Amino acid sequence: MAEMIRTENLIFDYDKRDEEGNKIGSFRALDEVNIEVEKGQFIAVLGHNGSGKSTFAKHINALLFPTGGTIFVGGYDTKEDAHFWDVRKSAGMVFQNPDNQIIGTVVEEDVGFGPENLGVPTEEIWKRVEESLKAVGMLEYRQQSPNKLSGGQKQRVAIAGVVAMEPQCIVLDEPTAMLDPVGRGEVLAAALKLRQEKGVTVILITHYMDEVVDADKLFVMSEGKVVLEGTPKEVFSRVEDMQKYCLDVPQATLLAHELKEAGLKVPAGILKKEELVEALCKLK
Amino acid sequence: MQIKVENLQYVYSQGTAYEKQALRDINFEIGGGEFIGIIGHTGSGKSTLIQHLNGLIKATSGKILVDGEDIYKDGYNFKNLRNKVGLVFQYPEHQLFEETVLKDVCFGPKNQGLTEEEALERAKAALALTGLAEEFYEASPFELSGGQKRRAAIAGVLAMEPEVLILDEPTAGLDPAGRDDILEQIAHLQRERQITVILVSHSMEDIAKYAQRLIVMNRGKLLFDDTPKKVFTHYRELEEIGLSAPQVTYIMHDLQERGFGVSAEATTVSEAAAEIIKALEKTHDS
Repeated sequence: MAEMIRTENLIFDYDKRDEEGNKIGSFRALDEVNIEVEKGQFIAVLGHNGSGKSTFAKHINALLFPTGGTIFVGGYDTKEDAHFWDVRKSAGMVFQNPDNQIIGTVVEEDVGFGPENLGVPTEEIWKRVEESLKAVGMLEYRQQSPNKLSGGQKQRVAIAGVVAMEPQCIVLDEPTAMLDPVGRGEVLAAALKLRQEKGVTVILITHYMDEVVDADKLFVMSEGKVVLEGTPKEVFSRVEDMQKYCLDVPQATLLAHELKEAGLKVPAGILKKEELVEALCKLK
Repeated sequence: MQIKVENLQYVYSQGTAYEKQALRDINFEIGGGEFIGIIGHTGSGKSTLIQHLNGLIKATSGKILVDGEDIYKDGYNFKNLRNKVGLVFQYPEHQLFEETVLKDVCFGPKNQGLTEEEALERAKAALALTGLAEEFYEASPFELSGGQKRRAAIAGVLAMEPEVLILDEPTAGLDPAGRDDILEQIAHLQRERQITVILVSHSMEDIAKYAQRLIVMNRGKLLFDDTPKKVFTHYRELEEIGLSAPQVTYIMHDLQERGFGVSAEATTVSEAAAEIIKALEKTHDS
């Protein structure tokens, strides 16, 4: 499989400055991070507040540049000026608060903003707008004002805006933190559909553990380092480690863990409610 | 402190093209140290409703009685009401503004007319409750991490020692440990001081764990007002309005359908575990 992202000992130091703007120290937000992501994968990054997740995400589309080590996005070193726009075009970002990301007064205008900025011809823009709104299930709202949409719908419009730029990779930084349960489900389904239908690489940063049970791989960050990585089964079977890193496991996993501790013969690596129900029915 | 809401209606931008009825016929009563959860899809009227409770929004019609007194009658003392009903907005850290954390938290109690010394005492006690370490008291609020800022902002409201504490999604964006920590502190405070806590949340798991009573809003109407256990038995209706039940509730329902002798009422992991163990022991004994 082709490589989408690769980091080599990626380091990022934030400068600490006093009121006059003089540098008074620095803080290491990323500490020798080595991550590889292949094209078309669904990857999740988990970690406590301040663990470096968002700092890492901002390196993927060159909003931040390494202060040490290297990050390659779509094969390009993000520090090379010549490939700056190639990097920006390869990776699109969606943030937590949809209200801070939507600028158009009509849904379709908002979605067309990105490709227009890239200099895409008008006809092609309209084609992309239609396709991307369709991909996130929002085509029927194209003429509406974004203000009238629910949180989940706004966030799907934000995703469509990124999709219209045809990136190879979408980075979603806590896209569901402000949404109700159904809105959360809609946003996640829209992102995964893009991966399935268009082969877009999806990188999801979240605090909701049940959103990542279908990921190909999880990276757990703490204090700027990758401290755990593996399939959801491998990572979530380490319930105590996850709690130590200020994280959680899906409720089904936690319940399985508690039952196992109580002496029941529940298999390891349960992630979904269906798996737990099956396992328990065998004990009856 | 008792708050009684009677036939509350609220219409946004009345008489314009953007007119929208945000609340219809809301009736409920709160008071006396309960931990109440409010859930509802985005746009269901939750935030509009809670802003009525300390008089930030005035109802289009209907009444709010606080300890029997109508807050819409002429000359009502809103300042006094806002001292008693503390409201923590979504992303309260965006409202931090002072030079140091301690000064920021002192702002509320000083506005209440307390002396510098009393305000400081209140501020320190409130900060301790939120679990923010003392080393940050003299730091600029803007140097703190997201979770620390959130704690400082919540402390600002706690320092006013409200009798009713309303929090609008206080844990959105916090990591699971930070979320549990803040909610534990709030639950502790509610028990200790016998205050009423109203928690607006999109996390059904958090509501199940902490709330004793659950109010469900849908399209501006109050749909359910009951114990979380009772409300979550309506999980299919909840799904239709953008909500859900905790994952364990679904597990219990599925087990029941597969002939497991469990009650489907469990809404937390520990309740579910106990119920499953009990059911298995029973089948193996017989």
